[in-house]
Formats: sequence, structure tokens, C-alpha cells
Amino acid sequence: MQIYVNIITLASLYCLICCGYVLIYRASRVLNLAHGEMMTIGGYFLFTVSIGIIADPIPSFLLSFLLSLLLGFVVYFFLMRFMTGESVFAAVLVTVALGILMRGLITLIWTSQLWHPLQHLDMENTSHQIAEGAVISTFGVVTILSTIVLYLGLFLCFKFTRWGLRMRAVGEKPLLAAQRGFGLHKFYALSWGIAVFSGGLAGMIQACDSGLDPSMFVIGLKAFPVVLVGGLDSLVGVIPGAFVVAAAEVLAINYISPQASEVAPFAVLLAMLLIRPWGLFGTKEELERV
Amino acid sequence: MAFASGYFKTSYAKDLSIVETRSRWICLLLLILGLAVFPFFASPFFLDLATQVFLALIGAVALMLLTGYAGQISLGHAGLIAAGAFTTAILFKELKAPLFVTLPASGLVGGLLGIIFGLPSLRLKGLYLALSTLALHFIVVYLGAEYESTRGYATGVVIDPPSLGPLIIQDPRLWYFVLLIIDILVVIFAINLVRSRTGRAWMAIRDRDVAAEALGIKVSAYKLSAFVLSSVLTSIAGCLFAYFRGFVSVEAFSLLMTIEYIAMIIIGGLGSILGTVFGTIFVVLLPYIIDILVDALNVPARLTTYMFAIKYASFGLVMIIFLVLEPAGLVGIWRRVRDYFMLWPFRYRPLGG
Repeated sequence: MQIYVNIITLASLYCLICCGYVLIYRASRVLNLAHGEMMTIGGYFLFTVSIGIIADPIPSFLLSFLLSLLLGFVVYFFLMRFMTGESVFAAVLVTVALGILMRGLITLIWTSQLWHPLQHLDMENTSHQIAEGAVISTFGVVTILSTIVLYLGLFLCFKFTRWGLRMRAVGEKPLLAAQRGFGLHKFYALSWGIAVFSGGLAGMIQACDSGLDPSMFVIGLKAFPVVLVGGLDSLVGVIPGAFVVAAAEVLAINYISPQASEVAPFAVLLAMLLIRPWGLFGTKEELERV
Repeated sequence: MAFASGYFKTSYAKDLSIVETRSRWICLLLLILGLAVFPFFASPFFLDLATQVFLALIGAVALMLLTGYAGQISLGHAGLIAAGAFTTAILFKELKAPLFVTLPASGLVGGLLGIIFGLPSLRLKGLYLALSTLALHFIVVYLGAEYESTRGYATGVVIDPPSLGPLIIQDPRLWYFVLLIIDILVVIFAINLVRSRTGRAWMAIRDRDVAAEALGIKVSAYKLSAFVLSSVLTSIAGCLFAYFRGFVSVEAFSLLMTIEYIAMIIIGGLGSILGTVFGTIFVVLLPYIIDILVDALNVPARLTTYMFAIKYASFGLVMIIFLVLEPAGLVGIWRRVRDYFMLWPFRYRPLGG
């Protein structure tokens, strides 16, 4: 029973993180390998806000959301904007380099100590008995709930609002969208903003759940197999992808070894790339095939 | 020297030669002479730096052949170095194997892994290929970690210095010369390879694979050959890495190592062996340059405890600067500067010159 709960919590954490990968990929065909670091920075935003500005949980969360969103805009306008038109590999490498830069800055600003933002927010992370032999932490529940809210929100946004429609158009055919008079940079920046926001949200929840240190970015790295399993350009695909990867990871912890659980996502990724490289829900034409 | 009017080749032998003019021969001989006497004048610190550059250069040339010439992106380079290092460590610990066994064995393991790393390239390209090699990196490193933990070398495997016949390679100066000779061989091999049939086929595939196939190049065979060749070289570099450090542990083969090697070829300038040399020197020396800068700038003491983070951040920053502002890399800067002086008072090379 506990295994199922663990799989669901981990899967929803992956969903939160991976939504960022997909949004950026759909907009600009770049896989943002600095996403793990951006998620970590989200956690540190919450920590800084909670000790420095306001200790009340809800406003401090909201302020950190805003900061994450801003970080996304800043990264796009001051860095990734210059990479439009360059080769995809160069753009991906820029995100890798950005990740290294951010990891260094995180250690410089916040040191490599383990912090617990929860202490400053006057909240506690208690465990709840939900069924026979199954325990879930408060922030485990928060992860699941916020995943549901985020995905519902994104779905409604993309489906029914004018901005959502435009974002989809920009992702699908940038040239045609530009000819219709949409400012591409605006929409790309918005994708980056929402992506970093959702990653930051994952980072904040993870920071509340199990503390905050610079090594958190590894979760982001382990999460990208999820997007490939689901299909790089499919937001819906993230959900089954997250379940497959989370299941592989949790089962590897339980039945093989903790060491094996570190590579389980990548084994799944490799299997997926060999069988169905475009992922469960991705579009086949999207793939650069030989 | 090739001046503005151009250097005209008057015989087939001249067309085939690597070193073209007498002045270049003189420069080259001076360079080799300089490298040969360097260890007798340099302090142990500089000797160690030079040896590190030589060690990294082997792997960097291998990656340049794969990414810069064959156009196949690999994020699994550290995995291949780990494969070579762990082959050496395992053979040494289990069988007490000497250097002349471990070196070819590492190459063999590298070649086999190269086939595995290369197989996805037959179906995928670009981003997807890069990610499949990244997944393989994690799997290779995991296998190494499993070996460490099951055999009880939790902190790492210690390896004795290698011996060539009666000669034990332990003295830093000896290491310097051994690696220098290997490097010269590797560079000559690479330069000759990229102007041979294989190298030109790789470049054709890099530039446009469909056109390459239309020209009669067996794309899949050449792609695999690029992976195998690069992996063999990389694993041999891993074997030497294991002996040089005398210690093998999975922590050394992180993703950062891959990124460092990629940085070497990007900063150096893709598609140039000379660029690889520049890039390797730059990336290996960068942490030490930052040390000197930090000393010179009187950075507050509080920050110097985080030197590691400063180096990390500036490494990322330098990489971003090169990717955004100078995609042609150091070799691009070098060519511009050289052309400026050589062509003066003209600004551009004559067509076909």
C-alpha cells in the first residue's frame, strides 16, 4: 500500500517539474537542462522570502511564485532570446552552462548548508495515516493537489483563453503566428515564465517536504526521462510518463537497491528511445529521425 | 609563411604534406623543443598543469572527432572515460593485470560500448541522440558504483603506478613525457584521419546526411565507426586517467566531467584539432586563472571559502559567453587575429587563397 502512495506522490512531483520542460520545448524546441537548478532556486526564493520579508505562509508563497515567474522572463530576455535561430544543440548547451552558473551562484548566495524553510513559516509537515499501512506527509498531499490544480489550470488556459490559443499557435508554427502579428518573443518569454514558475513551485514544495540544499537539482535531472517517455511536446503525456518513471524508481528502491533507483529513470528512457522514440503521446513528425 | 598573395602548391607531395612551409616547420620544431625542455625548468606545479592538459587532450580529441567532425552529439563522454578507468581498476584488482593488458582491454571495452552508444544514432539524431547517450552515461557509472560497493571498495579503488618493462612510471617528469608522446601520436592520427576518406565521409554526414547518402557514403557504417573510434580513444584516456590518479572512484565521473569536455571543444571551436588543443588548455587552466584573479582582486575572505562555487559559476559563465558571443571558439579568434596581421593592408583573404 505504501508503495502505491509513494508512486503517486513521486509521480505528481515529476508532473509538476516536467510541465516546465514541455512548455519550453513546445515553444522554442529547446530542452531546458537547467530546469533542476531553476526548481532549486524556487525553493530558495521561498526560504529567503520567509526569513527576510514575510513569514506568513500564503503571502510568502505568492511572492515566491512571482519571483519564479520573473526569473523565467529574465532568463528568456537576457539569455535565451539570443539563441533563437542558433542550432538546437547550442541552445541546449547554453541551458547546461546556465545550470552550472546557477549552481555556483546558489552555493555562493545561500551556502551549501541544509535549510528548512518550513521552520520560518510556522508550519509543520505531519504524517497522515490514510489507509492500512500507508502514510503520506502533508506536503505529499500538497504536491498531489497542486499538480491537479496546475494541470487543470493549464488545460483550461490553453483550451479556452485567447492567450492560450495564441501560445499553441506560436508553438505549432512560429512563422505563421508571426505573420498574424503575434510578438513571438512575448509568448516565448511567457512559456519560460510559466515553466520556471511550475518548476519553482515543485522546488518550494520539495523544500518544505524534505529541506533545501544545492543538490536538489538532481531531481530535475531525473525528471527529464518523464518528458521523453510521455513525448517531448505533449503536456498530457507527462502524466502517464511520470507514473511509469516514478513506478520504476520506487520499485527499484524496494526490490533492487537505492543505487539502482538512481538509474531506473534512465533505463526507462533508454528503453523508450529504442522502442518508441517519440514517446507515448508525442507527435511522430516532431522527431528528428534518420 | 602564407602571405596575402597565397601559398601555391607546386607538387603533389606539397599538396599532401601536413606542415606546409619552412617557417611552419621551424615553428613546430621550436614548439617541440620547448615542450621537451619544459619539465627541466618548470616548477612541479606547472609540470602538473601541463600533464593534466595532456591527459585531458586525448579525451577532448576523441570527442572532437565524434562531435566536431562526424556531427554526432554525445553527452556520455564521462561514462566512456569511467568505462576505461573501471576496466583498468577491475583488471588490476582481480587479475593483477599489467599496463600492456589493461590498455588494450580498456580500448576493447570502449569499442564495444561505442557500438552500444552508437546504435541509437542509427535511428535518432540531434537532441534525442544526446539524451540516449546521457542515459548510457548514468548506466555505465551505475555499473561502476555497483562494482565498488559489492567488492567492498566503497571509497574507490587504489591502483599501483604502471610499469613499462623495468621502468615504473611514477615520476611526474616521466608521466609528462609519456603523455606528451601519446598526445603527439593522437594528434597526428586525428589530423590524418580527418583528411582521409573516413574523415571526409564524417564531415559530409555532419553537414547534410541525406546528401552524404546520395553521394554513396554508407551513413550508418560511418556513424558507427565514428562512435567506435571515439570511444576506443576515450576509454584509453580513461585507462591512463586511472593510472595517473592512482585511484578510481565513481564520484570523479560526474556529468560535470562530460560538460567540461564539451566545453573544451566548444570553447576551442568545433571542427578543428588546433581548436581542441586551445580549448583543452583553456578549460584545464581556467580554475587556476580564477585563483590568480581572486588573489589579485582582494575578494573578501568570506567568499574565498567558496572558491569551488566561484569556479563553478565562472565556468558556466565563460561557457555561456562563448556559446552566445563567439560560436567559432578560440580558434576563430586565433584565425581572425592571424589573418589581420598576415593580410595587412588587406582585410579579406583572396578567393581560393
